[in-house]
Amino acid sequence: MAMLTFEAKYRVRGGTLVGGNLFDFWIGPFYVGFFGVTTFFFTLVGVSLILYGAAIGGTWNPWLINIAPPDLSYGLRLAPLREGGLWQLITVCALGAFISWAFRQAEIARKLGMGMHIPWAYGMAVFAYFTLVVIRPVLLGAWGHGFPYGIWSHLDWVSNVGYQFLHFHYNPAHMIAVSFFFTTTLALSLHASLVLAAINPKKGEAVKTPEHENTFYRDFIGYSIGTLGIHRLGLFVALSAGFWSAVCIVISGPFWTRGWPEWWNWWLQLPIWN
Amino acid sequence: MKPEFYKTFGFLFWTGVAAIATAAFLVVTFERPGTTEVQMGFRGTAMEVVYNNRNLDRIQARNIIPAAIEPADPEGPRASEVFENVQVLGHLSVEQFNRIMQAMSEWIYPNENPAESCNGCHVPGNFAAEDIYTKHVARRMLQMVHTINSTFANHVQDVGVTCYTCHRGQAVPAAVWSQAPSNAPASRMWQVAGEQNRPVAATGYATLPSDPFTPYLWRDEPIRHLSGTARERNNNASIIQAEWVYGLMMHMSTALGVNCTFCHNSRSFASWETSTPQRVTAWHGIRMVRAINNDYIEPLRDRFPPHRLGPLGDTLKVNCTTCHQGVYQPLYGAPMLRDYPELNPPPRRAEGGSQPARN
Repeated sequence: MAMLTFEAKYRVRGGTLVGGNLFDFWIGPFYVGFFGVTTFFFTLVGVSLILYGAAIGGTWNPWLINIAPPDLSYGLRLAPLREGGLWQLITVCALGAFISWAFRQAEIARKLGMGMHIPWAYGMAVFAYFTLVVIRPVLLGAWGHGFPYGIWSHLDWVSNVGYQFLHFHYNPAHMIAVSFFFTTTLALSLHASLVLAAINPKKGEAVKTPEHENTFYRDFIGYSIGTLGIHRLGLFVALSAGFWSAVCIVISGPFWTRGWPEWWNWWLQLPIWN
Repeated sequence: MKPEFYKTFGFLFWTGVAAIATAAFLVVTFERPGTTEVQMGFRGTAMEVVYNNRNLDRIQARNIIPAAIEPADPEGPRASEVFENVQVLGHLSVEQFNRIMQAMSEWIYPNENPAESCNGCHVPGNFAAEDIYTKHVARRMLQMVHTINSTFANHVQDVGVTCYTCHRGQAVPAAVWSQAPSNAPASRMWQVAGEQNRPVAATGYATLPSDPFTPYLWRDEPIRHLSGTARERNNNASIIQAEWVYGLMMHMSTALGVNCTFCHNSRSFASWETSTPQRVTAWHGIRMVRAINNDYIEPLRDRFPPHRLGPLGDTLKVNCTTCHQGVYQPLYGAPMLRDYPELNPPPRRAEGGSQPARN
């Protein structure tokens, strides 16, 4: 495969974390590396197990394929393959693949002399998944608390876990997470519209500079965070959304078992007005 | 900002203070781990009941039944033949009759001096007298217990109820409800529930209307208001109805110490196919509570003295908490009725063969 003109610049030797030079090569445009091999391995095994689970699951309708965790009665032990064992193996493969991928990102960042922003950012999503299928089930004492792998079945799980606490919108960490998700989309839309407006001037006008962008926001809301700052802010709000999502689910059950509205009784009981 | 400001004493000190304050707040407001879950649905559906073990210990401690009184001989002369003015329990033997009177006094008017307990309903020295209102109430309540233990077996199963199921050693059961004065100004702009934004235990402390009982457990308003199809045209249910129903469901959940998934798969609250069998029991329970409030308690309104009525003058009525008290089978399903056969309805005189005692 022919290299693209700029590609040579990115094909830098070294920077590997594991395996030295052994896997320090490319297949076509794709860097391999030790963690590329492990990612590929876990993905292959995991997807094969999902297909196996679908094959014995009674439906090939992609919406309805469901690979469910074991019954709660199995606790933290291994379950038979057809009764949740598949879910356990697939979870191991998924975590193997996700974590390998984060390390592969770290190796590439080292090759290019970049900061670790990308692996950390991706790692937050992996952390949220790890919270759902490992930390919370372990705290509650059964793998059966993990979410099922299926398009509709996992939505049912989300809905039912919410209703286990009567009204999930009263979950304080859920409130924070939702606020961060909305803030992320708002910030992204403001930023994107600004950039698109700046680089697509009217016919006959010049492309606008960052100074122009700053001026626009200083006029608009009295402050401009700047071209670098907006990306730091975006990273912060996006990762906070993922982080508080993980918090809001891990506190539901292990640290609170009643309806979430009742948690706010501390506010009603403050000695100021009580 | 000074470089390395985070190494200064002030920064470290105030960070430490904030961390300790946050930790204290979290410890006080949340629960310590240690939980028990009961799976209600297929694995992975997350239909489960979740308990913190410490809460469970507290609830279990206050749902213990008292020791049963020695059984009474059902043979011998009937109470109606020996005593004056026995209207409901006349079919019992004298020994049985005395036994259930003793049980009622212990369940409803516990007193160190048992004679004092009798005075809760009876005029001292004249047990046949009708002067005390509680006697009329007690008589009606006995008929109610008969009805519950026969007609509503689809809710109370063969566990049944006794006076203790609700009373628990109190003349007025701990969890009763009556209408409350409105705390919302009437608005012409939009419909508001009269009792919105009043966080109460009965509806799980949400901002939902706090009296979903009047429409559903006293009156007979339709509870199932969800559309059966997408964009249904002739569903005129309002948001306020939905909030009332949500309030009722919060009540049922907190009353039983369960959550929505005890009965429903929340993918479709309406669908009976994906609901658990408990939803059928609950459906009968709603009818039972309605019957109790309409046929037995509210008709006694004129009997009660004012201090036994609510602020708006209606009676103190029952809801799910009155019996359940945080447990999905009241008193953890202890078959108390089995020890008190006196509380079964009198056998019906059926023509041409015996009729089953229940239903």
